Amino acid sequence: MRDVAVIGVGCTEFGEHWGTSFRDLFVKAGALALEDAGVTGENLDALYVGNMSAGRFVEQEHIGALIADYAGLATNHVPSTRVEAACASGGLAFRQAVIAVASGMEDIVVAAGVEKMTDVGTGASVDMLASAADREWEGFAGATFPGLYAMIATDYMHRYPLTREQLAQVAVKNHENGARNPIAQFQNRITIDTVLNSSLVADPLRLFDCSPITDGAAAVVVVPLERAREFTDSPVRVLASAQASDTIALHDRRDISTLDASVAAGKRAFSQAGLTHKDIDMLEVHDCFTIAEICAIEDLGFCKKGEAGRLTEEGVTALGGKIPVNTSGGLKACGHPVGATGIKQIYEIVNQLRGDAGARQVDAEIGMAHNVGGTGATVVVHILGV
Amino acid sequence: MSVSRFWRKIPQRYNLIGTQCTTCGRYFYPPRSLCPDCRRSGKIVDHKFNGEGTVVTYTVVRSASDQFENTTPYVLAIVELDEGPRLTSQIACLPEEAKIGMRVHSVFRRIAADGESGVIHYGTKFVPTE
Ligand SMILES: [Zn+2]
Repeated sequence: MRDVAVIGVGCTEFGEHWGTSFRDLFVKAGALALEDAGVTGENLDALYVGNMSAGRFVEQEHIGALIADYAGLATNHVPSTRVEAACASGGLAFRQAVIAVASGMEDIVVAAGVEKMTDVGTGASVDMLASAADREWEGFAGATFPGLYAMIATDYMHRYPLTREQLAQVAVKNHENGARNPIAQFQNRITIDTVLNSSLVADPLRLFDCSPITDGAAAVVVVPLERAREFTDSPVRVLASAQASDTIALHDRRDISTLDASVAAGKRAFSQAGLTHKDIDMLEVHDCFTIAEICAIEDLGFCKKGEAGRLTEEGVTALGGKIPVNTSGGLKACGHPVGATGIKQIYEIVNQLRGDAGARQVDAEIGMAHNVGGTGATVVVHILGV
Repeated sequence: MSVSRFWRKIPQRYNLIGTQCTTCGRYFYPPRSLCPDCRRSGKIVDHKFNGEGTVVTYTVVRSASDQFENTTPYVLAIVELDEGPRLTSQIACLPEEAKIGMRVHSVFRRIAADGESGVIHYGTKFVPTE
Protein backbone atom coordinates (compact mmCIF):
# COMPACT_ATOMS: atom_id res chain seq x y z
CA MET A 1 0.00 0.00 0.00
CA ARG A 2 1.25 3.47 -0.89
CA ASP A 3 0.90 6.58 1.28
CA VAL A 4 -1.60 9.08 -0.13
CA ALA A 5 -1.69 12.89 -0.08
CA VAL A 6 -4.22 15.60 -0.93
CA ILE A 7 -2.68 18.18 -3.27
CA GLY A 8 -5.63 20.42 -4.06
CA VAL A 9 -9.13 21.29 -2.90
CA GLY A 10 -12.11 23.27 -4.21
CA CYS A 11 -15.63 24.04 -3.06
CA THR A 12 -18.57 26.07 -4.34
CA GLU A 13 -20.41 28.42 -2.05
CA PHE A 14 -23.05 26.41 -0.17
CA GLY A 15 -26.61 27.72 -0.32
CA GLU A 16 -29.71 27.95 -2.46
CA HIS A 17 -28.36 28.20 -6.00
CA TRP A 18 -31.58 28.75 -7.94
CA GLY A 19 -29.65 29.82 -11.03
CA THR A 20 -27.05 27.05 -11.07
CA SER A 21 -27.60 23.52 -12.38
CA PHE A 22 -26.38 20.25 -10.89
CA ARG A 23 -23.65 19.90 -13.52
CA ASP A 24 -22.50 23.52 -13.23
CA LEU A 25 -22.07 23.13 -9.46
CA PHE A 26 -19.82 20.14 -9.97
CA VAL A 27 -17.79 21.73 -12.78
CA LYS A 28 -17.09 24.78 -10.62
CA ALA A 29 -15.85 22.74 -7.63
CA GLY A 30 -13.76 20.47 -9.87
CA ALA A 31 -12.11 23.40 -11.66
CA LEU A 32 -11.21 25.04 -8.33
CA ALA A 33 -9.65 21.80 -7.05
CA LEU A 34 -7.61 21.19 -10.23
CA GLU A 35 -6.39 24.78 -10.25
CA ASP A 36 -5.40 24.51 -6.59
CA ALA A 37 -3.57 21.23 -7.31
CA GLY A 38 -1.84 22.54 -10.41
CA VAL A 39 -3.03 19.64 -12.56
CA THR A 40 -5.11 19.60 -15.71
CA GLY A 41 -7.96 17.32 -16.74
CA GLU A 42 -5.82 15.22 -19.08
CA ASN A 43 -3.58 14.22 -16.14
CA LEU A 44 -6.47 12.56 -14.30
CA ASP A 45 -6.62 8.78 -13.93
CA ALA A 46 -10.08 8.58 -12.33
CA LEU A 47 -13.03 10.38 -10.73
CA TYR A 48 -15.07 9.24 -7.72
CA VAL A 49 -18.25 11.23 -7.15
CA GLY A 50 -20.34 11.14 -3.99
CA ASN A 51 -24.03 11.79 -4.61
CA MET A 52 -27.04 10.66 -2.62
CA SER A 53 -30.05 11.09 -4.81
CA ALA A 54 -29.76 12.99 -8.08
CA GLY A 55 -32.35 10.53 -9.39
CA ARG A 56 -34.99 12.02 -7.13
CA PHE A 57 -33.69 15.57 -6.63
CA VAL A 58 -33.05 16.36 -10.32
CA GLU A 59 -34.28 13.15 -12.02
CA GLN A 60 -30.83 12.28 -13.32
CA GLU A 61 -28.94 9.05 -12.79
CA HIS A 62 -25.64 7.96 -14.38
CA ILE A 63 -23.92 10.77 -12.52
CA GLY A 64 -20.37 9.47 -12.99
CA ALA A 65 -20.46 9.75 -16.77
CA LEU A 66 -22.43 13.01 -16.74
CA ILE A 67 -19.83 14.65 -14.56
CA ALA A 68 -16.87 13.33 -16.53
CA ASP A 69 -18.55 14.65 -19.68
CA TYR A 70 -19.24 18.17 -18.40
CA ALA A 71 -15.80 18.32 -16.77
CA GLY A 72 -14.49 17.96 -20.35
CA LEU A 73 -13.13 14.46 -19.82
CA ALA A 74 -15.40 12.43 -22.11
CA THR A 75 -12.98 12.34 -25.02
CA ASN A 76 -10.11 11.04 -22.86
CA HIS A 77 -12.51 8.40 -21.49
CA VAL A 78 -11.48 8.94 -17.84
CA PRO A 79 -13.16 6.32 -15.62
CA SER A 80 -15.77 7.97 -13.40
CA THR A 81 -17.66 6.23 -10.61
CA ARG A 82 -20.61 7.40 -8.55
CA VAL A 83 -20.51 6.42 -4.87
CA GLU A 84 -23.62 6.40 -2.68
CA ALA A 85 -24.07 6.01 1.08
CA ALA A 86 -26.77 8.63 1.74
CA CYS A 87 -25.27 11.56 3.68
CA ALA A 88 -21.89 9.75 3.84
CA SER A 89 -21.57 9.59 0.04
CA GLY A 90 -18.86 12.27 -0.02
CA GLY A 91 -16.70 10.69 2.67
CA LEU A 92 -17.07 7.36 0.94
CA ALA A 93 -16.06 8.84 -2.45
CA PHE A 94 -12.91 10.24 -0.81
CA ARG A 95 -12.20 6.82 0.70
CA GLN A 96 -12.60 5.12 -2.70
CA ALA A 97 -10.14 7.61 -4.22
CA VAL A 98 -7.66 6.99 -1.39
CA ILE A 99 -7.98 3.20 -1.82
CA ALA A 100 -7.45 3.52 -5.60
CA VAL A 101 -4.26 5.54 -5.15
CA ALA A 102 -2.97 3.50 -2.20
CA SER A 103 -3.41 0.29 -4.18
CA GLY A 104 -1.21 1.52 -7.02
CA MET A 105 -4.00 1.17 -9.59
CA GLU A 106 -4.41 4.92 -10.13
CA ASP A 107 -2.16 7.95 -9.55
CA ILE A 108 -3.98 11.26 -9.95
CA VAL A 109 -7.56 10.97 -8.78
CA VAL A 110 -10.38 13.43 -8.07
CA ALA A 111 -12.81 12.73 -5.23
CA ALA A 112 -15.88 14.92 -5.38
CA GLY A 113 -19.34 15.29 -3.94
CA VAL A 114 -22.36 17.12 -5.28
CA GLU A 115 -26.03 17.58 -4.39
CA LYS A 116 -28.67 19.86 -5.86
CA MET A 117 -31.56 19.80 -3.39
CA THR A 118 -33.60 22.95 -3.94
CA ASP A 119 -35.28 21.90 -7.19
CA VAL A 120 -37.93 19.99 -5.16
CA GLY A 121 -40.28 21.28 -2.45
CA THR A 122 -39.77 20.84 1.27
CA GLY A 123 -42.32 17.99 1.65
CA ALA A 124 -40.64 16.09 -1.18
CA SER A 125 -37.16 16.61 0.25
CA VAL A 126 -38.30 15.48 3.73
CA ASP A 127 -39.61 12.31 2.06
CA MET A 128 -36.37 11.80 0.13
CA LEU A 129 -34.12 12.23 3.13
CA ALA A 130 -36.15 9.54 4.91
CA SER A 131 -34.70 7.17 2.27
CA ALA A 132 -31.39 7.42 4.16
CA ALA A 133 -33.05 5.31 6.86
CA ASP A 134 -35.23 2.19 6.48
CA ARG A 135 -37.95 3.14 4.02
CA GLU A 136 -40.11 0.04 4.60
CA TRP A 137 -40.06 -0.09 8.40
CA GLU A 138 -39.25 3.45 9.57
CA GLY A 139 -40.44 5.74 6.79
CA PHE A 140 -43.67 3.75 6.34
CA ALA A 141 -44.62 4.40 9.97
CA GLY A 142 -44.15 8.14 9.50
CA ALA A 143 -40.54 8.46 10.64
CA THR A 144 -38.97 11.60 9.20
CA PHE A 145 -35.22 12.02 9.31
CA PRO A 146 -35.43 14.73 12.01
CA GLY A 147 -37.90 12.46 13.82
CA LEU A 148 -35.32 9.67 14.06
CA TYR A 149 -32.60 11.97 15.42
CA ALA A 150 -35.23 13.42 17.78
CA MET A 151 -35.77 9.91 19.18
CA ILE A 152 -32.00 9.71 19.75
CA ALA A 153 -32.21 13.06 21.59
CA THR A 154 -35.16 11.93 23.74
CA ASP A 155 -33.31 8.75 24.74
CA TYR A 156 -30.06 10.64 25.33
CA MET A 157 -31.63 13.36 27.49
CA HIS A 158 -33.48 10.72 29.51
CA ARG A 159 -30.21 8.96 30.36
CA TYR A 160 -27.57 11.71 30.52
CA PRO A 161 -27.44 15.21 32.01
CA LEU A 162 -27.70 17.17 28.74
CA THR A 163 -29.65 20.42 29.01
CA ARG A 164 -31.72 21.97 26.23
CA GLU A 165 -29.41 25.03 26.42
CA GLN A 166 -26.26 22.93 25.98
CA LEU A 167 -27.81 21.33 22.91
CA ALA A 168 -28.64 24.79 21.53
CA GLN A 169 -25.04 25.88 22.14
CA VAL A 170 -23.91 23.42 19.43
CA ALA A 171 -25.86 25.45 16.86
CA VAL A 172 -24.72 28.77 18.35
CA LYS A 173 -21.06 27.69 18.10
CA ASN A 174 -21.45 26.40 14.55
CA HIS A 175 -23.11 29.63 13.41
CA GLU A 176 -20.24 31.56 15.02
CA ASN A 177 -17.82 29.52 12.87
CA GLY A 178 -20.02 29.81 9.79
CA ALA A 179 -19.96 33.59 10.17
CA ARG A 180 -16.20 33.36 9.51
CA ASN A 181 -16.51 31.07 6.49
CA PRO A 182 -17.07 32.74 3.10
CA ILE A 183 -18.60 29.57 1.57
CA ALA A 184 -21.07 28.97 4.44
CA GLN A 185 -24.83 29.01 3.75
CA PHE A 186 -25.48 30.88 7.03
CA GLN A 187 -22.94 33.54 7.95
CA ASN A 188 -25.05 35.04 10.74
CA ARG A 189 -24.49 34.69 14.46
CA ILE A 190 -27.35 33.39 16.61
CA THR A 191 -28.07 33.07 20.35
CA ILE A 192 -29.40 30.26 22.50
CA ASP A 193 -32.76 32.06 22.43
CA THR A 194 -32.77 31.95 18.61
CA VAL A 195 -32.68 28.16 18.88
CA LEU A 196 -35.12 27.83 21.78
CA ASN A 197 -37.65 30.19 20.15
CA SER A 198 -37.55 28.49 16.74
CA SER A 199 -40.41 26.17 15.80
CA LEU A 200 -40.50 22.55 16.91
CA VAL A 201 -39.74 20.11 14.07
CA ALA A 202 -39.72 16.86 16.06
CA ASP A 203 -39.62 17.19 19.86
CA PRO A 204 -37.18 18.07 21.37
CA LEU A 205 -35.50 19.25 18.15
CA ARG A 206 -36.33 22.70 16.82
CA LEU A 207 -35.66 24.27 13.44
CA PHE A 208 -32.27 25.64 14.57
CA ASP A 209 -31.19 22.18 15.73
CA CYS A 210 -31.43 21.00 12.11
CA SER A 211 -29.06 21.36 9.18
CA PRO A 212 -30.65 23.08 6.16
CA ILE A 213 -31.49 22.03 2.59
CA THR A 214 -28.49 23.07 0.48
CA ASP A 215 -27.05 23.06 -3.03
CA GLY A 216 -23.30 22.66 -3.35
CA ALA A 217 -20.30 20.72 -4.60
CA ALA A 218 -16.75 20.09 -3.40
CA ALA A 219 -13.75 18.34 -4.94
CA VAL A 220 -10.24 17.32 -3.88
CA VAL A 221 -7.27 15.83 -5.75
CA VAL A 222 -5.31 12.91 -4.29
CA VAL A 223 -1.99 11.42 -5.47
CA PRO A 224 0.66 9.06 -4.11
CA LEU A 225 2.64 10.88 -1.39
CA GLU A 226 5.87 10.17 -3.27
CA ARG A 227 4.59 12.27 -6.21
CA ALA A 228 2.93 15.06 -4.19
CA ARG A 229 5.93 17.43 -4.37
CA GLU A 230 5.69 17.46 -8.18
CA PHE A 231 2.52 19.49 -7.74
CA THR A 232 2.63 21.39 -4.44
CA ASP A 233 4.87 22.53 -1.59
CA SER A 234 2.11 21.91 0.95
CA PRO A 235 0.67 18.39 0.53
CA VAL A 236 -1.62 17.06 3.25
CA ARG A 237 -1.14 13.39 4.12
CA VAL A 238 -3.99 10.93 4.54
CA LEU A 239 -3.05 9.22 7.81
CA ALA A 240 -6.13 6.98 8.08
CA SER A 241 -9.23 6.02 6.09
CA ALA A 242 -11.79 3.95 7.97
CA GLN A 243 -15.39 2.94 7.41
CA ALA A 244 -18.00 0.98 9.39
CA SER A 245 -21.60 -0.18 8.95
CA ASP A 246 -24.49 -0.79 11.35
CA THR A 247 -28.17 -1.70 11.11
CA ILE A 248 -30.09 0.45 8.64
CA ALA A 249 -32.90 1.07 11.17
CA LEU A 250 -32.38 2.97 14.41
CA HIS A 251 -34.71 0.57 16.28
CA ASP A 252 -32.31 -2.35 15.66
CA ARG A 253 -29.28 -0.65 17.25
CA ARG A 254 -27.61 -2.00 20.38
CA ASP A 255 -27.89 1.46 21.99
CA ILE A 256 -30.14 4.23 20.62
CA SER A 257 -27.80 7.03 21.78
CA THR A 258 -24.51 5.52 20.59
CA LEU A 259 -23.58 5.27 16.93
CA ASP A 260 -21.62 2.01 17.15
CA ALA A 261 -20.40 2.57 13.57
CA SER A 262 -18.80 5.85 14.73
CA VAL A 263 -17.13 3.98 17.58
CA ALA A 264 -15.84 1.26 15.21
CA ALA A 265 -14.68 3.60 12.42
CA GLY A 266 -13.00 5.90 14.97
CA LYS A 267 -11.07 3.04 16.57
CA ARG A 268 -9.99 1.72 13.17
CA ALA A 269 -8.79 5.17 12.13
CA PHE A 270 -6.73 5.71 15.29
CA SER A 271 -5.23 2.26 14.91
CA GLN A 272 -4.29 2.80 11.24
CA ALA A 273 -2.69 6.17 11.97
CA GLY A 274 -0.97 4.99 15.15
CA LEU A 275 -2.35 8.07 16.92
CA THR A 276 -4.37 8.81 20.06
CA HIS A 277 -7.02 11.44 20.82
CA LYS A 278 -4.39 13.83 22.20
CA ASP A 279 -2.81 14.01 18.73
CA ILE A 280 -5.96 15.35 17.03
CA ASP A 281 -6.03 19.16 16.82
CA MET A 282 -9.44 19.67 15.20
CA LEU A 283 -12.57 17.77 14.18
CA GLU A 284 -15.12 18.09 11.42
CA VAL A 285 -18.06 15.95 12.57
CA HIS A 286 -21.46 15.14 11.08
CA ASP A 287 -23.81 17.55 12.88
CA CYS A 288 -26.91 16.98 10.72
CA PHE A 289 -28.69 17.75 14.01
CA THR A 290 -27.25 19.27 17.19
CA ILE A 291 -27.64 15.95 19.02
CA ALA A 292 -25.53 14.29 16.31
CA GLU A 293 -22.52 16.49 17.15
CA ILE A 294 -22.87 15.61 20.84
CA CYS A 295 -22.96 11.88 20.02
CA ALA A 296 -20.06 12.17 17.54
CA ILE A 297 -17.65 13.77 20.01
CA GLU A 298 -18.40 11.01 22.52
CA ASP A 299 -18.58 8.07 20.13
CA LEU A 300 -15.20 9.01 18.62
CA GLY A 301 -13.84 8.84 22.16
CA PHE A 302 -12.98 12.50 22.83
CA CYS A 303 -14.92 12.35 26.11
CA LYS A 304 -17.12 9.96 28.05
CA LYS A 305 -20.79 9.41 27.18
CA GLY A 306 -22.81 12.23 28.67
CA GLU A 307 -20.01 14.83 28.82
CA ALA A 308 -20.08 16.49 25.38
CA GLY A 309 -22.87 18.91 26.31
CA ARG A 310 -20.86 20.32 29.20
CA LEU A 311 -17.70 20.55 27.05
CA THR A 312 -19.68 22.47 24.42
CA GLU A 313 -21.07 24.83 27.07
CA GLU A 314 -17.54 25.43 28.44
CA GLY A 315 -16.20 26.36 24.98
CA VAL A 316 -13.85 23.37 24.68
CA THR A 317 -15.15 22.72 21.13
CA ALA A 318 -15.23 26.40 20.05
CA LEU A 319 -12.64 27.98 17.72
CA GLY A 320 -10.35 28.99 20.58
CA GLY A 321 -11.03 25.82 22.58
CA LYS A 322 -8.85 22.81 23.27
CA ILE A 323 -10.41 20.74 20.47
CA PRO A 324 -12.24 22.92 17.91
CA VAL A 325 -15.19 21.06 16.34
CA ASN A 326 -16.73 22.05 13.01
CA THR A 327 -14.60 25.10 12.25
CA SER A 328 -16.36 25.27 8.85
CA GLY A 329 -19.68 25.92 10.59
CA GLY A 330 -20.53 22.24 10.25
CA LEU A 331 -23.59 20.95 8.46
CA LYS A 332 -25.71 23.32 10.56
CA ALA A 333 -24.24 26.64 9.40
CA CYS A 334 -22.03 25.80 6.41
CA GLY A 335 -24.94 23.83 4.93
CA HIS A 336 -25.57 20.19 4.04
CA PRO A 337 -25.72 19.33 0.34
CA VAL A 338 -25.76 15.67 1.36
CA GLY A 339 -23.40 14.11 -1.19
CA ALA A 340 -20.95 17.03 -0.98
CA THR A 341 -20.67 17.25 2.80
CA GLY A 342 -18.00 14.55 3.29
CA ILE A 343 -15.74 16.20 0.70
CA LYS A 344 -16.34 19.66 2.20
CA GLN A 345 -15.06 18.26 5.53
CA ILE A 346 -11.79 17.26 3.80
CA TYR A 347 -11.69 20.68 2.11
CA GLU A 348 -12.01 22.40 5.49
CA ILE A 349 -9.35 20.29 7.19
CA VAL A 350 -6.88 20.78 4.32
CA ASN A 351 -7.45 24.54 4.48
CA GLN A 352 -6.88 24.54 8.25
CA LEU A 353 -3.73 22.39 8.08
CA ARG A 354 -2.25 24.55 5.29
CA GLY A 355 -3.03 27.75 7.21
CA ASP A 356 -5.53 28.94 4.57
CA ALA A 357 -8.62 29.18 6.82
CA GLY A 358 -8.64 32.97 7.23
CA ALA A 359 -10.81 34.34 10.04
CA ARG A 360 -11.55 30.86 11.41
CA GLN A 361 -7.93 29.62 11.39
CA VAL A 362 -6.96 27.34 14.28
CA ASP A 363 -3.54 26.01 15.22
CA ALA A 364 -3.66 22.49 13.78
CA GLU A 365 -1.36 19.88 12.29
CA ILE A 366 -3.70 16.89 12.45
CA GLY A 367 -7.46 16.86 11.79
CA MET A 368 -10.21 14.24 11.77
CA ALA A 369 -13.28 14.08 9.52
CA HIS A 370 -16.41 12.12 10.55
CA ASN A 371 -19.17 11.59 7.98
CA VAL A 372 -22.41 9.71 8.77
CA GLY A 373 -24.91 8.07 6.43
CA GLY A 374 -28.50 7.85 7.67
CA THR A 375 -28.79 7.58 11.45
CA GLY A 376 -25.42 5.81 11.64
CA ALA A 377 -25.72 2.83 9.27
CA THR A 378 -22.55 4.05 7.52
CA VAL A 379 -19.76 6.05 9.14
CA VAL A 380 -16.56 7.15 7.41
CA VAL A 381 -13.63 8.59 9.40
CA HIS A 382 -10.47 10.12 7.94
CA ILE A 383 -7.38 11.51 9.64
CA LEU A 384 -5.27 14.05 7.75
CA GLY A 385 -1.94 15.56 8.79
CA VAL A 386 0.95 17.76 7.73
CA MET B 1 -45.16 3.86 -1.95
CA SER B 2 -45.91 1.55 -4.90
CA VAL B 3 -48.93 -0.75 -4.56
CA SER B 4 -46.89 -3.94 -4.96
CA ARG B 5 -44.31 -2.84 -2.42
CA PHE B 6 -47.08 -2.26 0.09
CA TRP B 7 -49.19 -5.31 -0.82
CA ARG B 8 -46.22 -7.68 -0.48
CA LYS B 9 -46.00 -7.00 3.26
CA ILE B 10 -49.74 -6.79 4.07
CA PRO B 11 -49.86 -9.91 6.34
CA GLN B 12 -46.83 -8.68 8.28
CA ARG B 13 -48.05 -5.08 8.57
CA TYR B 14 -51.71 -5.87 9.34
CA ASN B 15 -51.20 -8.71 11.80
CA LEU B 16 -47.80 -8.00 13.36
CA ILE B 17 -46.39 -11.16 11.85
CA GLY B 18 -42.62 -11.36 12.01
CA THR B 19 -40.22 -14.27 12.09
CA GLN B 20 -38.34 -16.41 14.57
CA CYS B 21 -35.05 -18.28 14.21
CA THR B 22 -35.85 -21.67 15.76
CA THR B 23 -32.13 -22.50 15.89
CA CYS B 24 -31.37 -19.83 18.52
CA GLY B 25 -34.89 -18.72 19.47
CA ARG B 26 -34.46 -15.04 18.51
CA TYR B 27 -37.54 -13.15 17.27
CA PHE B 28 -37.55 -10.62 14.41
CA TYR B 29 -39.94 -7.78 13.71
CA PRO B 30 -39.65 -6.31 11.14
CA PRO B 31 -39.31 -9.85 9.71
CA ARG B 32 -35.88 -11.12 8.64
CA SER B 33 -35.24 -14.10 6.39
CA LEU B 34 -31.67 -14.52 7.67
CA CYS B 35 -30.74 -14.73 11.37
CA PRO B 36 -27.75 -12.39 12.02
CA ASP B 37 -26.52 -14.76 14.77
CA CYS B 38 -26.93 -18.14 13.04
CA ARG B 39 -26.76 -16.95 9.42
CA ARG B 40 -27.19 -19.91 7.03
CA SER B 41 -27.62 -22.48 9.82
CA GLY B 42 -30.62 -20.60 11.25
CA LYS B 43 -34.09 -21.99 10.49
CA ILE B 44 -36.60 -19.14 10.04
CA VAL B 45 -40.36 -19.54 10.62
CA ASP B 46 -43.23 -17.00 10.79
CA HIS B 47 -44.26 -15.75 14.20
CA LYS B 48 -47.30 -13.70 15.22
CA PHE B 49 -46.45 -11.27 18.02
CA ASN B 50 -48.90 -10.71 20.84
CA GLY B 51 -48.69 -6.94 20.33
CA GLU B 52 -47.73 -5.96 23.88
CA GLY B 53 -44.73 -3.71 24.30
CA THR B 54 -42.97 -0.78 25.98
CA VAL B 55 -41.96 2.64 24.60
CA VAL B 56 -38.14 2.86 24.42
CA THR B 57 -37.98 6.41 23.04
CA TYR B 58 -40.32 8.77 21.17
CA THR B 59 -40.78 12.13 19.49
CA VAL B 60 -43.67 14.27 18.31
CA VAL B 61 -43.38 14.78 14.55
CA ARG B 62 -44.62 18.27 13.70
CA SER B 63 -43.25 18.62 10.18
CA ALA B 64 -43.74 15.60 7.94
CA SER B 65 -43.51 14.46 4.33
CA ASP B 66 -46.47 15.12 2.02
CA GLN B 67 -47.96 11.65 2.76
CA PHE B 68 -48.23 12.40 6.48
CA GLU B 69 -48.60 16.18 6.43
CA ASN B 70 -52.34 16.24 7.25
CA THR B 71 -51.85 13.98 10.29
CA THR B 72 -49.29 16.14 12.15
CA PRO B 73 -48.55 16.41 15.00
CA TYR B 74 -48.23 12.68 15.72
CA VAL B 75 -46.31 10.64 18.28
CA LEU B 76 -43.62 8.43 16.77
CA ALA B 77 -41.85 5.87 18.95
CA ILE B 78 -39.53 2.92 19.09
CA VAL B 79 -41.47 0.13 20.81
CA GLU B 80 -39.86 -2.95 22.32
CA LEU B 81 -42.20 -5.93 21.95
CA ASP B 82 -42.39 -8.25 24.95
CA GLU B 83 -40.80 -10.99 22.81
CA GLY B 84 -37.70 -8.79 22.36
CA PRO B 85 -37.57 -7.10 18.96
CA ARG B 86 -37.98 -3.35 18.51
CA LEU B 87 -39.90 -1.51 15.81
CA THR B 88 -40.75 2.04 14.82
CA SER B 89 -44.44 2.92 15.04
CA GLN B 90 -46.87 5.71 15.77
CA ILE B 91 -48.55 5.82 19.17
CA ALA B 92 -52.19 6.90 18.99
CA CYS B 93 -52.10 9.23 22.02
CA LEU B 94 -51.80 12.93 22.78
CA PRO B 95 -48.25 14.37 22.50
CA GLU B 96 -48.18 15.17 26.22
CA GLU B 97 -49.18 11.59 27.14
CA ALA B 98 -46.11 9.99 25.55
CA LYS B 99 -43.51 8.73 28.03
CA ILE B 100 -40.45 6.48 28.01
CA GLY B 101 -41.38 3.17 29.65
CA MET B 102 -45.08 3.53 28.80
CA ARG B 103 -46.87 0.17 28.22
CA VAL B 104 -48.59 -0.04 24.84
CA HIS B 105 -50.39 -2.59 22.66
CA SER B 106 -50.89 -2.85 18.92
CA VAL B 107 -54.01 -1.83 17.00
CA PHE B 108 -54.92 -1.83 13.30
CA ARG B 109 -55.09 1.71 11.91
CA ARG B 110 -54.85 3.83 8.79
CA ILE B 111 -51.21 4.95 8.43
CA ALA B 112 -51.02 7.27 5.43
CA ALA B 113 -52.49 8.17 2.05
CA ASP B 114 -50.79 8.71 -1.33
CA GLY B 115 -52.59 11.96 -2.16
CA GLU B 116 -56.36 12.47 -2.43
CA SER B 117 -57.15 9.58 -4.79
CA GLY B 118 -54.15 7.39 -4.08
CA VAL B 119 -53.73 4.20 -2.11
CA ILE B 120 -54.57 4.36 1.60
CA HIS B 121 -52.04 2.41 3.64
CA TYR B 122 -53.11 0.54 6.76
CA GLY B 123 -50.90 -1.09 9.34
CA THR B 124 -49.99 -1.33 12.99
CA LYS B 125 -50.04 1.52 15.46
CA PHE B 126 -49.87 1.27 19.24
CA VAL B 127 -52.13 2.70 21.95
CA PRO B 128 -51.42 3.13 25.68
CA THR B 129 -52.38 0.10 27.83
CA GLU B 130 -54.25 1.25 30.90
ZN1 LIG C 1 -30.52 -17.67 15.10
